[in-house]
Amino acid sequence: MIRYALGRLTSLIISLLVASLVIFAVIEVIPGDPAAFMLGVNARPDTIAALRAEMGLDQSIITRYFDWVTGLLQGDFGQSWTYKTPVAELISDRIWVSLPLAIYALILSALIAFPAGIFAASRRGGPGDITIMGATQLGVAIPNFWFAMILVLIFAINLRWFSAGGFPGWGDPLQALKALTLPAIALALPQAAILARVMRSSLLDMLGEDFIRTARAKGLTRRQALWRHAVRNALIPVLTIIGLQFSFLLAGGIIIEQVFFLPGLGRLIFQSISARDLIVVESVVMLLVFTVIVVNFTVDLAYAAVDPRLRAKA
Amino acid sequence: MYQFKRLAASAAIGLWATTALAQDSITVAIQLEPPNLDPTGGAAQAIDSVLYANVFEGLTRFDADGAIIRGLAQSWDISADGTVYTFNLAAGVTFHDGTTMDAEDVKFSLDRARAEDSTNAQKGLFAGITDVTVLEPLVVQVTLDQPNGNFLFNMAWGDAVIVAPESIADIASNPIGTGPFTFTDWVQGDRLELTRNADYWGDAPALESATFRFISDPTAAFAAVMAEDVDAFIGFPAPENLPQFEADPRFQVLVGNTEGETILSTNNKMPPFDNVLVRQAVAHAIDRQAIIDGAMFGLGTPIGTHFAPHNPAYVDLLANSPHDPDRARELLAEAGFADGFTTTLKLPPPSYARRGGEIIAAQLRDVGIETEITNLEWAQWIEEVFKNKDFGLSIVSHTEPMDIGIYANPDYYFQYDNPDFQALMEELNATTDPAGRNDLLAKAQTIISEDYVNGYLFELAVATVAKVGVQGLWVNQPTAAVDLTGVSWAE
Repeated sequence: MIRYALGRLTSLIISLLVASLVIFAVIEVIPGDPAAFMLGVNARPDTIAALRAEMGLDQSIITRYFDWVTGLLQGDFGQSWTYKTPVAELISDRIWVSLPLAIYALILSALIAFPAGIFAASRRGGPGDITIMGATQLGVAIPNFWFAMILVLIFAINLRWFSAGGFPGWGDPLQALKALTLPAIALALPQAAILARVMRSSLLDMLGEDFIRTARAKGLTRRQALWRHAVRNALIPVLTIIGLQFSFLLAGGIIIEQVFFLPGLGRLIFQSISARDLIVVESVVMLLVFTVIVVNFTVDLAYAAVDPRLRAKA
Repeated sequence: MYQFKRLAASAAIGLWATTALAQDSITVAIQLEPPNLDPTGGAAQAIDSVLYANVFEGLTRFDADGAIIRGLAQSWDISADGTVYTFNLAAGVTFHDGTTMDAEDVKFSLDRARAEDSTNAQKGLFAGITDVTVLEPLVVQVTLDQPNGNFLFNMAWGDAVIVAPESIADIASNPIGTGPFTFTDWVQGDRLELTRNADYWGDAPALESATFRFISDPTAAFAAVMAEDVDAFIGFPAPENLPQFEADPRFQVLVGNTEGETILSTNNKMPPFDNVLVRQAVAHAIDRQAIIDGAMFGLGTPIGTHFAPHNPAYVDLLANSPHDPDRARELLAEAGFADGFTTTLKLPPPSYARRGGEIIAAQLRDVGIETEITNLEWAQWIEEVFKNKDFGLSIVSHTEPMDIGIYANPDYYFQYDNPDFQALMEELNATTDPAGRNDLLAKAQTIISEDYVNGYLFELAVATVAKVGVQGLWVNQPTAAVDLTGVSWAE
């Protein structure tokens, strides 16, 4: 197990190094000079040069890469060029919007998907199954930003139950949750549709397994067998999908954050790219990559812990 | 159980009820968020939108109509030769951190802006200053290398506000000015809060506090106003929604003018645009009203030169370039392009450019000019079009006030090089008497109009949507500013 873990750890470090190189290289070649952008069309060339020096852009790209990576290793994400505050501070503010939003959406999605998937599987081919599967088709097909606009139209503009957007901060947790509700629903529904379909097909697979037949033979009704044995086993592929969806929700809320003008990580990346605040983009993307790689590493270890075959192979 | 229900009910009420707003605060939305809060260190207009006249003040300032009025300087004397300005500063002015504002701070601010390593985006405003001397605690003398009729105007810009050496280090995140509002809080990405400055030296504003919100998406902007999340939206980004607000008794719509001359920028050094006949042909191919109606939903005033129509010195030169496709084809034939030609049309993000670009491309195609449209982000536009001059045509609104002087710079991106015009601008700079200046400005407008340097399209309008009851907002935008000093709620 230790050898396996060390092997995974080495590959984790290599992945991170490669990721840092790729991210830095790709972002640095985006056309557009950050200093010229900040100073606008009336700036004099000597002013732009002075600002470039202040930002450290007059140094070679290799020096800047090593400065950035050594900074990251020491937990220093650098200083934002446009906001002129530490990137770590920007991230820590924004993560308190994006992370709760992702978790909220994930919970909503599971709350909708599990009952719907189980219900559909237990009534395979019936009108309930057909209705739910039809609805999930629709859910998968509807773009979440469009759905978000419809939610705003109904619940913010017509009914006035919610604000159209913005985030009041966690000073008042109820208000904060309320502000995240419409965005979370908009994010959750398409995910729930996918999840419900996975749940249903996974359950149907399980229902054909031998252990279900055994359970039925021991006298359980179809429904009892489904609840006691099939659901639990069907959850494994569902959890894998949930894991994948979480990284999508964390990084992929950019459009929803834009529609609801939420100060999240996605919007930070978006604003930073258009302002060519490259250091912010690089550090945030690196953080997201780090999160995904570490989550995968943990999952690998967890698989190995439950499945001895994996350990033996390593 | 009963208690739980009551608790749940009261929680629900707390959750859903919208709290009634006290009428001495306002929530104002603008489209772009300031990248930082240092008006002396960047070109982003959003910095001035939030801070100009609210938090920071300069020696002079713009009023709602664009006139130059007194700011921290209460009076001034100009020497007979026009090169020495002596400013008498207001007494009893303190910065928000409690320190006194005096002539030393003025000297510090001006010297900092014109220093070798200055990162002031409008360093040109300070270019003529040769010396700043403190005569008395509240008297400061500025010496110029030559007379400059624009000097008081230059000092009114947001980039020329007075800052203090004590607070300069953190100005980007904690702006300390002398204005009627103090900076309270900035939740980056969401909102920025200002509070009334109890120690303000001038007339106290009516508002106790103000919140700025930043909503860039046009659909979200519409929703925020309709849901009454914001009390006013300055520079509402979707003109197509304005009729709906006008019809709604809850809202008022104010349409004002800006200093934004929207032009079809033309690369004067790139063939075939180095031929004035071709540029004239382009000018006749353009139907300004179709662009204003199609791209701006009717908002905007046609212009025939690079000058704001609401400026007293404006000359109506629309007659130089009426929409006349036949004439355009004749001119193209005369220039040797009877079969037309192909060029590039590079468009920055604003809707005037993207929507206007499609319409202009169709109008040019009608006379035989094919355009290859490329959509660019601003940073790319600055690199490709502005810096590298790699373009045939582009569409940009030049929003700096009184910027006709850019035509005197042959290295400016549209590369117009006319020694007569350059001499005229030098003469203008050295002229301080208003009548003489207006004559020279009229001449300048005529020269660039008759040289068809760029396609002159329209003056950008600004739309404000506000709740009925909000009064005192600026209708026009003589400079990027949301001046809250005169804003109040009707009783």
